[in-house]
Order: sequence, then structure tokens, then C-alpha cells
Amino acid sequence: MSAGKNYIDIFSGNRDLIDKGSAGAMNALRDKALDCLVRNGLPHKGLEEYLHTDVEEWFEPDWGMNLSRIDMHVDQAQAFKCNVPNLSTQLYFLANDEFAASDTAQKAQLPDGVYVGSLRQAARINPGIVEPYYGKLADMDRPGIAAFNTMFAQDGMLVYIPDGVVMEKTLQLVTLLQSPVDLLTNRRILIVLGRNSQLKFLLCDHTLTTNNFLSTQVVEIFAGQGSNLEFYDLEETHNANRRVSELYISQEADSHIEADYVTLHNGQTRNTVFSTFAGRGAFLSLNGIAITDREQHVDNMTFVDHRVSDCTSTELFKYVLDEQSTGAFAGKVLVRHGAQHTESQQTNRNICLTRQARMFTQPQLEIYADDVKCSHGATVGQLDENAMFYMRQRGIPEAEARMMLMQAFVGEVIGHVSLEPLRDRLNRLVEKRLRGELSKCEGCRACR
Amino acid sequence: MNTETQDNSLIREISAEKYRYGFTTDVHTEIIDRGLTEDTVRLISERKGEPEWMLEFRLKAYRHWLTMEMPHWAHLDIPEIDYQNISYYADPTVKKEGPKSLDEIDPQVMKTFDKLGIPLEERLALSGGVAVDAVMDSVSVKTTFKQTLAEKGIIFCSMGEAVKNHPDLIRQYLGSVVNYRDNFFAALNSAVFSDGSFVYIPKGVRCPMELSTYFRINAAGTGQFERTLIVADDDSYVSYLEGCTAPMRDENQLHAAIVEIVVLDRAEVKYSTVQNWYPGDENGKGGVYNFVTKRGLLKGVDSKLSWTQVETGSAITWKYPSCVLQGDGSQGEFYSVALTNNWQQADTGTKMIHLGRNTKSTVISKGISAGHSQNSYRGLIKVGEHADGARNYSQCDSLLLGSDCGAHTFPYMDVKNETAIVEHEATTSKISEDQLFYCNQRGIPMEQAIGLIVNGYAKEVLNKLPMEFAVEAQRLLSVSLENTVG
Repeated sequence: MSAGKNYIDIFSGNRDLIDKGSAGAMNALRDKALDCLVRNGLPHKGLEEYLHTDVEEWFEPDWGMNLSRIDMHVDQAQAFKCNVPNLSTQLYFLANDEFAASDTAQKAQLPDGVYVGSLRQAARINPGIVEPYYGKLADMDRPGIAAFNTMFAQDGMLVYIPDGVVMEKTLQLVTLLQSPVDLLTNRRILIVLGRNSQLKFLLCDHTLTTNNFLSTQVVEIFAGQGSNLEFYDLEETHNANRRVSELYISQEADSHIEADYVTLHNGQTRNTVFSTFAGRGAFLSLNGIAITDREQHVDNMTFVDHRVSDCTSTELFKYVLDEQSTGAFAGKVLVRHGAQHTESQQTNRNICLTRQARMFTQPQLEIYADDVKCSHGATVGQLDENAMFYMRQRGIPEAEARMMLMQAFVGEVIGHVSLEPLRDRLNRLVEKRLRGELSKCEGCRACR
Repeated sequence: MNTETQDNSLIREISAEKYRYGFTTDVHTEIIDRGLTEDTVRLISERKGEPEWMLEFRLKAYRHWLTMEMPHWAHLDIPEIDYQNISYYADPTVKKEGPKSLDEIDPQVMKTFDKLGIPLEERLALSGGVAVDAVMDSVSVKTTFKQTLAEKGIIFCSMGEAVKNHPDLIRQYLGSVVNYRDNFFAALNSAVFSDGSFVYIPKGVRCPMELSTYFRINAAGTGQFERTLIVADDDSYVSYLEGCTAPMRDENQLHAAIVEIVVLDRAEVKYSTVQNWYPGDENGKGGVYNFVTKRGLLKGVDSKLSWTQVETGSAITWKYPSCVLQGDGSQGEFYSVALTNNWQQADTGTKMIHLGRNTKSTVISKGISAGHSQNSYRGLIKVGEHADGARNYSQCDSLLLGSDCGAHTFPYMDVKNETAIVEHEATTSKISEDQLFYCNQRGIPMEQAIGLIVNGYAKEVLNKLPMEFAVEAQRLLSVSLENTVG
């Protein structure tokens, strides 16, 4: 509890500063968040959901926080090198946790009623599109980071798409961490999709300096009836980065969401997804890839709540663990009483490449309705020896054969990505990553 | 008729499930006062005429139990249990007037076991039959075929006798698999345990008949805390069966047992359970709380242990028969059918701990939920750092009959070795309409069709049971499902 206590003191001592650097709708929830943090503390290993990731321990060092919103120089040009070739995107930044739009994005003409910009700014000038949504999905009273984030988050990004609007261009948000000292950042993303609207959203998480970083990230997604969203979260940071993210999704009837987590390079990562079906006929596809080596750690936890009937969810998470890295996956599917005709399928497959690599997997089904089709499967193993033999027999060198098999292994997840340029880019990044050539995103110098 | 009401008429709640073992036996039973203190533990030990070391074993466990709290992590809704309102020792074999021959058993008790279909007269048993240790409440009533078995060097007796006659073996193995510190109920059992069975199969001996223990709770206000220990020495084989029933009562009775199995080099043990404790009535009143710790230590190379369980009884079942695969090449198996109906709850599964090289484990679990019941599978597959070449396959399927019940799956996989291959699959669904239609079309009424499909679904597990048990288990499944449909 001690780490949590320190932050409660920091919060109480700097409340005015925090409020000043933010806006009304965000400030309004801070007291409730404080109550929740006082009650529950930070998530620690004693909790079933955090068995393999001691998030509380991450908060113990003396982190710097930019509560007074000092202008910290962040080299945005670096982010352009992470562009996806052939994919035209509207580019935005969260530099540390301060929102900025690229020049082209600033000039871009958005359809009527669409807001893409700073969450703080929106809360100031147009609270009507923030207040009904902000903090409404993020459950601050359960073990997690939502309460902490709500207490300290001062800015973030808001994407508001009104009914019937189709966003042709992919929105790309690059989060850049650059600081002369060890830094703790808290970012917040809110995506609101009106009826029958469509959006593609790509989030790239990067570090530019070699300091220790800890970031908390809370994303809330409201998907209106018949809306369609593709959400990609790609992490390429460094070994001294710690990231704890939570994604909350609420889906109205007939909405369709594809959400993918790709962890290519990181230090310690914990991603949690809470998804709720609020209307019938909705579809969710939730996928993830983690490729780790050294002491890296990736822990993905998903919770899919089938509250209503006739919804479908599929999950596919794949891990390739090298050297001393550890992976954890826990996926829970809850089918509530009356949620008939639910279809749910969950798969977690993992490859451990060395003796020191560790994998903990825990798929769970909790079902209270009878007319459902639910299944889950999990495997931990190695590359198929027969396939290796077959390839070597045909003259493919061992290293190359391994590479091809691993690429095919994670390729199944990448196949879910509908944006072709992004799919190609991911395939290339994965290949480089597996060859050990990618210790960071291309063009970034901060690799360790 | 709309689909909703059609469904309801098809799959109706069970209103009058028959529990034919619900009778009580009117036999003079000496029951000690309710409550649990250090004196209770001393009294039990004294009643059983135990040596000092046994009393010490119990007291150590009791003192540790006092420091523990009842765990609450299971997917179960367990009402508060008042441990001071249970009598921890009930002896139905004590005679009212004067001591008679020890071998003389109250005819009422004999009758009870006859009624349960457990013949205690050796001559009545079929040739090549089953040797039985019959335990009523806290005391072993009789163990059959002891002589026949002794000729082969096999020890099969009650735990009480074993403490007196084979103290060396008991001191060596008791608590070596399930330590009293293991969990709350293990500590409680280690403090107050009464009779159970002790089996020792010497080197190279293949036990010529099935060994069996039949547990019966009879007295009211008591719990049953038996303890079973099976030691299979090098190259031996034994198949062991366990059955249990209890009278129908409005109160909940606690059954907290420990089963320990030690399997040495190349030995094989098959342990089969047909659990049919009183499940409570259709409103969820009464029934046995079955909180059991069962674990096998596969100490020897190429040793083998197979758990097969058919769980149809108990208001609440909470147990995980497990295998610690320590010997290189050892194999663990777990086959389970768990059926819950009315308001029954079950949180059961297994733990396979792979420690040795080239160890293998198979887990097949079939859950069936009906009525308002909740049925959970919880399993752990753990592969240690040195368990090269470990292999596991787990499959757990759930079948839902009715829209008010729940089926849950909580598997855990912890893998610390890159050469391990661990696979888990789970599915949950209701009975296929096509299969039902096919049966109906051929003139098989709905209820029979469901029985047929459920039996087929459970076949993979039932096939692993010894024949006598398989017949019983099939019958139990169909009785438990009676009236699920109209």
C-alpha cells in the first residue's frame, strides 16, 4: 500500500496544480477516483488478476510527474519515421501526456460534427461531448489503474464521430516519451462513435530517450448502434519502459469492433481489456501478439461480458517468448443469464524458445445461459519438429526455417488486420523483430 | 406455442429426484459433545487408543488450523460453517451393555450395508469379488478379505488398526503427500481424522481383487473426517474404489477427508470414486459439504496414477484430486464426470504438477449442469524447470441442461520449461437439437433421449471405471437426470 499512499499524498498536496493544468469534466471525477484509490490501493500480486504482474512495485521508485505542465521538448519529427508506408493517416501526438496535432492534421478538413483533438481542450470548450462519456466506462472501483489515471490524467485525446459519419482516413496517434529524467505519464483516450459511424484508429507507443518511463493509459470506447471500429495498439518502446493500460469497450446493437494489441518491443507491459455488449447482434474480435526477449514481460488480461443475447466474440492471442522473458495471458468470458445464442471463442497459443522463458496462461469461461456455443483453447509448446524437418529437408537452413515458422505462427493474428499497408508493415516489423534486428522502431535511437 | 414455453416444457426443473440412500439406521451410536478444542483432539486420540506420536501429529495440525482462515476463492457460495457446532467423533460400534467380541457387528449396521448393496459377508461376495472396508461415521465397521489379501502380503485395514499394527509405515507416509499445513481442511482433517483405509501393496505384487472403501454418514450433527493412505511399492498394482452415501437431513453435514497415495517405481494405482453424498432437496435444503483433499505422489520412475471420479451427490463439492509427477516418466490421469442439479454447486478439477522428466498427464473432465446448479472446472497444469519433455493434454467440456444453471471453466497453466507441450481445450454447449431430433424421430422419448446422449457424452470417463462401478455410475446419472424433461 505504501506506493499508493505516496501518490495519495502527492495528489492531495498538488490538487490545485493538477486541476489548473486540466479542465472541468476531467477534474470533476478526481475526488471519486481518490476515494477508490484510498479504498483499493494500487494493483499488486496478491490479487488474482495481477498474479503475474506486480504493478504496485512499478510505482515504488521516485517518478517525476509533469503536473505543472512545463513545456518539455519532444522531437515530433522522430515520429514521422515511424510512418506506415502507403498508409495515409491523420497524425496526432501525445508528447509525454500532452496532446499535439501534426501540421497536416491541423489543416485537414474534418466532416461536420467530428472532433479529433485534445481531451482537455474539448472539456474546456465543448464539455457537452465529454461529460456524458468521460469516466463512465472506466471502473475505478475494481483492482486496476483507472482510479489512479483518473486522479492524475490532465490531457489526452478525444475522438468524437457523430451518427452516420465514415472516417475515410485512418487516425494515427503516436505517444512519444522523451524526458531528461525518469518520468511517469498518465494519458487518457476517449473514442465516441455515433450510430453507423466508422473509424480506423492506430495507436503507436514509443520512447525517444533511454530513461525509465512508467505510463498509465486508459482508453474508453463507446460504439454506437451499427458502428464499426478498428483499433490497433502497437507498442515499440524499450527495456526500461513500464506500461499499464486499460481499454474499456461498450458496444451497442450490431456494432463491430476489431481491437488488436501488438507488443513488439517493451520492458514490462500489462494490458487489460474490459468489454461489454450492451445491444444484440454485436461482434468483437480481440487479438494480440507479443514477441519478447531478455527480461521483457507482457501480461494481457481480457474480460468479455456478454450481457445480452446474440453477440459474438472471438479472441486470439499469440506469444513468442525468447531468453528470460515472461508472458502471461488471462482471458475471461462471462455469459450472463439470458444471454442466449452467444458465440464465443478464445484461443491462446504460446511458444517458449528457451529454458528460461516462462508462460502463464489462464483462459476462463463463466456461463449462465444454456443456448450458447463457447470454447477456449490454450497451448504452450515449441515449433513443430515435423515442419522443421520438412523445411530443412528441402534445403532451408535451420535458422531460416525457424524464422518462417515463427512468422507463420504470429501471421495468423496479423491476418486479422484489415488495413493492408499496416498488415505489410507489421509483417515486416515482426520479421525484423524475430531476426533480432529490431530493438526499436526504425529511425529511433533510444534502443538499449 | 412459442419457443420459450416449449423450451420450458422440454427441460423442466427436477422436482422429485430420487435419492434412494436417504434412510437412517437406528443404531446405538456414541457421539462426543459438539465443539472443537484441544481436549476434543485428545479425546478422539484416546478413544482410538493411539500412541503418543499420533496425538502429537494431531495437536500440531490443530494448533496450525487455529491460525488459518477458511479460503473463499472458489466459485462457490458456502454458508458460514460453525465448526463448534459439529461433533467430531461418532462411534456406532460401541455396545450398550458390556464388551462382546470385537468381531461382532450390530445386526442393524450389517443390515444398513446390505441395503446399500455392500455385502460384508465374504461368502456372499461373488468369486474374485471386491474387498471392502466399510466405514460408518467415524469408525471402520468391518474389512473383508483381509486374510486372502494378507497371504500376498497386502495390508488392507482401517487407519485405526494401521496406526497400531503398522506404525513404521504410517509414520513414514502419513502426511508425506498432504501436509497438515497444505490447506484449511487438510489441517482440520489432520487434527480430528477418524477411520479411513490403509493399503500397502508390497513389491512386485498385483492385487488380485479390487479394494474398496464405503463411507456412510449416519449420525446427525456430525461430520466425517476420514483419512485414506495408499502405498504402492515397486512394480505393484492396485485398483481402489470409493463409494459414499448419507441420509436425507435438513442440516448440512461436513465431510472433509484426505486421501494420500504414494506410488513407487513402476507401480500403478487406479483410484475410482462414485460420489453420491446426499445432495439436498429440490429447494437446496440440506446435503453434504464435500471438501476433500486428494493427492498422489508419483515418486517412482515410470509410476502411474489414474483418478476417475463420478460426482453426482453433495450439496457442495470442492475438491481437486491431483498428481505430483516427481518420478521420471511418471504418468497422471484424471477422468471426471460431475453432474449438478437443483441447487448443487461443484468446483472441482485437478492439479498436475510435472517435476520429473518425460512426465505425462491427461485430463478429461465432463461437467453437466441442470436446474439452478453451478458447476465449475478448475485445473492447474504446472511444469517445473527440470521437467524436460513434459506433456499434458486437457479437455473439459460442459453441458448445460436448462437456462438457469451455470457452467464455468477456470484452467491455469504455468509452464517453466521450453520443452513442455501443454494443451487445453474447453467447450460449453447445450444438447444438440439434431441429436434429440434424431432420437425422437426413432421413437425414443425425450427423457430417455437426454439420458442416452448424456451417457454417451460421459462415456469416455465411464469407460475408465471398473465394471461394477460403471454400471452403478450410469444408473446414477440417469436417476439424477430423471424428470429434467417433460
